[in-house]
Amino acid sequence: MKTTPKPTPKPTPKPTPKPTLTAEQLEAFGEEMDALRQRVLADLGEDDAAYIRTVVKRQQQLEVLGRALFYLPPAWPLAVGALSLSKIIENMEIGHNVMHGQYDWMGDPHLNSRIYDWDNVCPGEQWKYSHNYIHHTFTNILGKDRDIGYGILRMDEDQEWHPYYLGNPVYAFLLMVFFEWGVAMHDLEVENIVRGTRTMEDNKELHAGIMRKVRRQALKDYLLFPALTGPLFPLTFVGNATANLVRNVWAFNIIFCGHFPAGAETFSQDECADGPEGRETRGHWYYRQILGSANITGSPLFHVLSGNLSHQIEHHLFPDLPARRYPEIAPEVREICERYGIEYTTGPLRKQLGSVARKICRLALPDRRAPQPGTPEAVRRPLAA
Amino acid sequence: MSTLTRIARSRTVAALASPHGVDHYLSRINPMWAAHEVRARVVDVHRETDTPGAPVATLTLQPTATWRGHRAGQYVQVGLDLPGSARRMTRCFSISSAASGAGEQITLTVRSHAEGQVSKYLVDAEPGLVLHLSQAQGRFTLPVSPATPGIDPLLFITGGSGITPALSMVRTLLRDGYDGRAGRPVTFLHYARSEADQICADELARIAEDDNDVTVHLRHGDAVFNELELRRLAPGFRDTDTWACGPAGMIDLVRAAYGDSPRLRLELFKPPSAASGSAEGDLTFAGSDQRVANSGASILEQAEELGLRPEFGCRMGICFSCTTRKTEGTVRNVLSGAESSLPDEDIQICVSAPVGDCVVDL
Repeated sequence: MKTTPKPTPKPTPKPTPKPTLTAEQLEAFGEEMDALRQRVLADLGEDDAAYIRTVVKRQQQLEVLGRALFYLPPAWPLAVGALSLSKIIENMEIGHNVMHGQYDWMGDPHLNSRIYDWDNVCPGEQWKYSHNYIHHTFTNILGKDRDIGYGILRMDEDQEWHPYYLGNPVYAFLLMVFFEWGVAMHDLEVENIVRGTRTMEDNKELHAGIMRKVRRQALKDYLLFPALTGPLFPLTFVGNATANLVRNVWAFNIIFCGHFPAGAETFSQDECADGPEGRETRGHWYYRQILGSANITGSPLFHVLSGNLSHQIEHHLFPDLPARRYPEIAPEVREICERYGIEYTTGPLRKQLGSVARKICRLALPDRRAPQPGTPEAVRRPLAA
Repeated sequence: MSTLTRIARSRTVAALASPHGVDHYLSRINPMWAAHEVRARVVDVHRETDTPGAPVATLTLQPTATWRGHRAGQYVQVGLDLPGSARRMTRCFSISSAASGAGEQITLTVRSHAEGQVSKYLVDAEPGLVLHLSQAQGRFTLPVSPATPGIDPLLFITGGSGITPALSMVRTLLRDGYDGRAGRPVTFLHYARSEADQICADELARIAEDDNDVTVHLRHGDAVFNELELRRLAPGFRDTDTWACGPAGMIDLVRAAYGDSPRLRLELFKPPSAASGSAEGDLTFAGSDQRVANSGASILEQAEELGLRPEFGCRMGICFSCTTRKTEGTVRNVLSGAESSLPDEDIQICVSAPVGDCVVDL
């Protein structure tokens, strides 16, 4: 028997209050999510394998086309377009998803999370730790999820304001333009070095790994491919840089719409200790993933280009299920959420982008409300303090 | 190495082809082009026996130029994309042909099993099929050759499909000019279920007839390995370099006969273990050479209990940090309840519990 809980909004200063679910409701909710996951797992097969292989093939064709068109100077915008598309698809629908282990079950080394390393200056090995483990396990828990503001932005009211954050919009713009570099540096936890909770020594190995990857990426896009076009070297160089820039801007925007628009919630560490021995229950984990994420509506092509991160909620519930399944399970997830009174945040790209931009600007300024007591110290102190 | 190969293997080309790798592009043009991976085309399929339910065939494979060759007794992992299945199956097979050089043809002699999807498909394969191959692996090998000084006799004890690595060794010796004048007697003792089940019967008969100091003893039907018979066929067997390969039951008997003799080299053919659904059996951590009675907990917890420190992340099956290779046995996914018995598969040890005996690379 499923009970439909009544949402009981608590008067809090936050714009979208969290619903209160009883332990039984959370457990029943978690079981429904588990059942949904099992159903998809049991159904994985040829179509999923054929899909990802086709995406890889199309991406390779776009890449070859883009690289070839650089030999025809008048076709330069086309070349940049094809290469940008290729890079977007590779990072979003292939790299991100393969490195999540979504296709490990195929037994194909080429699509295996332990082997694949994407076209990005952030080494796959490090990204898998900071993203698959840290971010996906501790999603939107202040003080644990380092993706909140990427260590440089103020993205939540519970991060205490500091004059440093007056630059919030500028930092966000720079992060967008240099997004892949930001993601690579993210793992070095520079803000923790500034704070003194991490030493340079801790970073030595990570730094070496990043430099190896940076050299490889730079060699490819800024030396070898331009050199192969001979006298067109400068045009190809600029073209490759532009494609990387386009991909950075796209990825930043999709990802920031995934966790930061109005409606996406953050959690304190205390809130995530509802189970025995202070551990989080599975039901609460699912619940937090939904409240901490936001979807973007759009066409099927838009979903592919976003690596189906437009279904951020479904991705966070089931990060290891092939992303192509998210659109088909989304209506069911939404229906379950409605029954439990859990807000399912979604909206068109324009709306979500506007919401994120407003938040970045609003949080640059001090709050009008008093800071809440009990916020973890690590979160309250800003990077440049 | 040709200039083309050298270019294909260069770091420059790897950088250009990244993130997919040069082999991924090459195989799109021609499945037999590779710079790093090994693939092989089936060029001939020869039926050895027609036993109902368990026929045996010998496949002749032409590997890509990347094949580095093998020593007699080694095996390869064969990866096969079965039509209609999205999962690539990977199985190990001993190479049955004589030692090979780089790029040379090899043969696999495969017995079809009722439940073995890969073996069934291979036995009925058509020439032209392309397989994924590993480089040759394994230390169950023949270090001697006709050129090796010494007059030590050699002894092979095999059962069923376990004959293949021994065949490779004997074929290598004979091909390389081994004969009776070396003064190094070779004894070949093989147990098959029946005469009809005997692999390479004609060739073995020929070897036995030739004047080459190789004695062949074939046992069919109910005959099982026993020490008394071995003592009669090969006096002083405990001091003879011996290679034994076959099913677990036979290997146990051979092991008992040899005691702690260092001359015995073993290779075991394990049948897939049946899932018992309970916390029985032993969990073996192959990398650290430790074994515990399966407690029913996740493999990660059992490893930690033992003081091992495997890598882990979320401990809930989402982040894949703890992915480890399971080489033998069955595991149950504690989240889905799904059981899986594939040999050599990657599992997330934080959400996998052993069912019966299980071996993981930790």
